[in-house]
Amino acid sequence: MMQFVWVLHKDLFVEWRARSRIVGLATYALVMLLIFAFAVGTDTTALQQHAGAYLWLAVLSASTLLLVQSFQQETEAGALDGLLLLPVNPVALFYGKAVANLVLLTLLAAVALGSSFFLYDLHLRGSLVLLCLNVVLGTAGLAAPGTLYAALTARAPAQQLLLPLLLLPLVVPPVLAVVKVTDLLLVGDPMNQLSSWLAVLASFDLVYWSLTGVLFARLVEE
Amino acid sequence: MKWDHALLLSGAVIMAVGHCMGLFATPPEAYMGETGRILYLHAPTAWAAMLAYLLAFLAAIGALWTGRLAWDATVESSIELGVLLSVMLLFQGSIWAKPTWGIWWTWDARLTSTAIMLVAFIGVLVLRSVVHQPARRMVVTAVATIASFVNVPVVYFSVKWWSSIHQLPSDTGSVDTIMALPLAVSAFGTAFLTVGFIGSRRRLAWKRLSREDAAPDLPELPPPLDLEVG
Repeated sequence: MMQFVWVLHKDLFVEWRARSRIVGLATYALVMLLIFAFAVGTDTTALQQHAGAYLWLAVLSASTLLLVQSFQQETEAGALDGLLLLPVNPVALFYGKAVANLVLLTLLAAVALGSSFFLYDLHLRGSLVLLCLNVVLGTAGLAAPGTLYAALTARAPAQQLLLPLLLLPLVVPPVLAVVKVTDLLLVGDPMNQLSSWLAVLASFDLVYWSLTGVLFARLVEE
Repeated sequence: MKWDHALLLSGAVIMAVGHCMGLFATPPEAYMGETGRILYLHAPTAWAAMLAYLLAFLAAIGALWTGRLAWDATVESSIELGVLLSVMLLFQGSIWAKPTWGIWWTWDARLTSTAIMLVAFIGVLVLRSVVHQPARRMVVTAVATIASFVNVPVVYFSVKWWSSIHQLPSDTGSVDTIMALPLAVSAFGTAFLTVGFIGSRRRLAWKRLSREDAAPDLPELPPPLDLEVG
């Protein structure tokens, strides 16, 4: 448990020291939101109806840039081997890094969500608590597989291409669910679909968070 | 005769019999007419693609469990066949969709999830092609295959989970008894052909991997020259 906390602390501390990067990523997500607004044009109703999709596409796009960097420090100068020789339990290492990515992605998504309320003139029709829960569950669906694939492609050439190529098809189910829940909370839920979509999202998170930890342990043993 | 050649031969014969029955011994489908006969090709292709990905998934677990390159050869060959069958599946689906739905492609849960599954496994093959160290390539491929397999049940259940214009999963129980036999025969023929092709492709992959593994390591690179100026 202590190893997990130390890895988490290390990653968040490194990000805090280089905080211009997360500011840059948040700005990138904001630019994406603006580009979607330009693409849709002056139709504010269309923007509001599909705000969930635009928001999560912006977060997804920024998340690949964040996750690409996830194992950069570890692969440079053999730091990962050093960590494992300490020895740090690979499972603690994975969950430490995955939770650090979850925190950063949640921060990113929160900034993007706040900006989209302002830019798209959105009104919350559902519960704020559920919206926050949805953001955390949605970013959790990106963080665990994203961390695994960042490790998988860390030493591969063309990592910038490989990571999104592998990650995006895998995260389609949670992205679909999180977009749907966001839309239901923003536009309204006359058919009472919210709880079932939240359950779909939570189920995929559970599968990803349990499966990826086991797979990571086997990956770093090699 | 090798077992894969026997499977290929028997698969081709069984599939030909199944298609002859489907084309000549069954009536046209009640709503789609003659177009509906593509069922005898399309559904078996879908099942065979799922079978190929299932074999890749099981072989990937075997590769991680045992660390033997023989499993890696099975993963490689199964994914390749799965990708080929998925491409065929999407083409057949489009050919079927045009006369029945009036369009080649539409946003539909089954179509889109199948395309995503195809892209996911193409990604695994791309990843595999850029990792050159055999042992690491095996582990990386196996991990990516297991993770990508999450898409397969999503594809299968997509027509149940989302409101889809695609029909519910076809099986020999969901069609009329007169159509069930040619469908089953075609499905067995396609499955035999798929496993036969995987077997043949696996032999090639195994030969290449064995040679790679037996090749001596390249000598270490010399240290860079220390050109100190001044």
